[in-house]
Amino acid sequence: MILTEFKPAEEIIEKIKDDRKIFILGCGGCPEGANTGGKKVLNEMKEKLEAEGKNITGVTEIDFLCQKSLIRARLRRKLVEIENSDSLLIFSCGLGVQATSAVISKVCHPALNTKTFGGITGMWQGTERCDTCGDCILDLTGGICPYTACPKKLLNGACAGQSNGKCETDPQRDCGWELIYKSLKRIGQIDRLYTFIVPRDYKKILPPAELRRSSLWALDEKEVV
Amino acid sequence: MSINDNNKISFKDAIESGKFAVTCEIGPPKGAEEEEIKQAAEYLRDVADGINVTDLQSSVMRLGSLTTCHLLKDWGLDPIFQMTCRDRNRLALQSDLLSAYVMGIKNVLALTGDYTTTGDHPNAEPVFDLDSVQLLWTIKRLEEGFDLADKELTARPSFFKGAVVNPGADTEEAYELQIIKMKKKIANGAQFFQTQAIFDAEVFKRFMDRLSAEKIKVPVLAGIILLKSEKMANYMNKFVPGVFVPETIVSRMQAVTDKVQMCIEIASELINEVKPYCAGVHIQALGWEKHIAAVIKNSGVK
Repeated sequence: MILTEFKPAEEIIEKIKDDRKIFILGCGGCPEGANTGGKKVLNEMKEKLEAEGKNITGVTEIDFLCQKSLIRARLRRKLVEIENSDSLLIFSCGLGVQATSAVISKVCHPALNTKTFGGITGMWQGTERCDTCGDCILDLTGGICPYTACPKKLLNGACAGQSNGKCETDPQRDCGWELIYKSLKRIGQIDRLYTFIVPRDYKKILPPAELRRSSLWALDEKEVV
Repeated sequence: MSINDNNKISFKDAIESGKFAVTCEIGPPKGAEEEEIKQAAEYLRDVADGINVTDLQSSVMRLGSLTTCHLLKDWGLDPIFQMTCRDRNRLALQSDLLSAYVMGIKNVLALTGDYTTTGDHPNAEPVFDLDSVQLLWTIKRLEEGFDLADKELTARPSFFKGAVVNPGADTEEAYELQIIKMKKKIANGAQFFQTQAIFDAEVFKRFMDRLSAEKIKVPVLAGIILLKSEKMANYMNKFVPGVFVPETIVSRMQAVTDKVQMCIEIASELINEVKPYCAGVHIQALGWEKHIAAVIKNSGVK
């Protein structure tokens, strides 16, 4: 199960401060198990944001937000509400925010921080696309993670090493920052690239205590089969 | 031995006075010696306002930038301490900045750094704890008297802070990303820029026109590499990220036997063409330091 935790309320409020109409989208997979998702959590956020004066255009839960085809199929009936929103607030791991950003032309704000893949991932079989950094900024980067899309893990824009859109580390690999630029341009949000992002907090990537106490961590302990 | 040339103005003063500045570059040797640097420094003494010292250039292990800067300082020259984010985390970067200041090194150039796999230690861990914008922000923070943990310093350093930009990015996205990052670098304290090497003056002019349109007024030094042969041009086109030598220049070099003469010709022509648009030039001689004086003389900028 992918372990996520809530972003601090003030961080979420700050992220969406310029947005009035918000669509809330939750993943019914791992966050339900981690108690960072589920209908109750989504509706509590709806009430909280309405109290802040926000207009909530919709609240939807999809079983696995890491599946683009599932998101596309399930959101087909909600397209008007989404089109009518300033942004989406997403309760999922980084993979879910990335998958949603890939199919929806709106800013997708992560409501959660992804702490660890904890042994079993949801429906997505790879862990390479989300670095479980515990400090998700996908809303600033067009739903493409700079930690995993850029080998240098640059947070404030491209280096000068790209050639014809490809990375200096591998001519077969797309420059992650060019992908970020294209994604933000597609949704008319280039200005987000001017945000100065402070150095990453490496404390946040240490495995959380509750995980270290769980059986998912205890590879070396014998269990009765 | 310490030679102090007090008649010489500093790199910062040269830039601020508005005169056409020339910076050059020294790449420290792969070995525990200083002879090679000493010789290069002597060639540059009378032509350079500031001397960049590369920081494990192309991710190749060699003598360090900080130590080499210290030697240049001792010999009466004004070094520009190149600092990449590839090999040191934020503790080491901050510590080296304090060390640089204490040793009298007053210019820093903040860079991301080439990726580890491009060099001679491809198995090394790529650090990149900070990026180049965050490094400039870090320097600013130290100058304000605090480190990145918000702990107060007993004494503050002060630097003339530079950064790099590539005027020849080859896609629309890469070009716009260069402009955006340049603005972020300025917002975080960059006081001068040195560009990636250019071989096409038109490309540079277009870039400088864009900066004027954006009202960016920070001094820019155009990057000039001394081209030694057509083979070197082909190699750079193939393997050096962000550098492009046009076919016309490659064929001019190919047509002659006196490579040194053609090198001086190409470089001085370029300097003349870009001169009206920039604050100075940054010449990378890559071992041909002894020919820089001829390039400068031939171009008539000094």
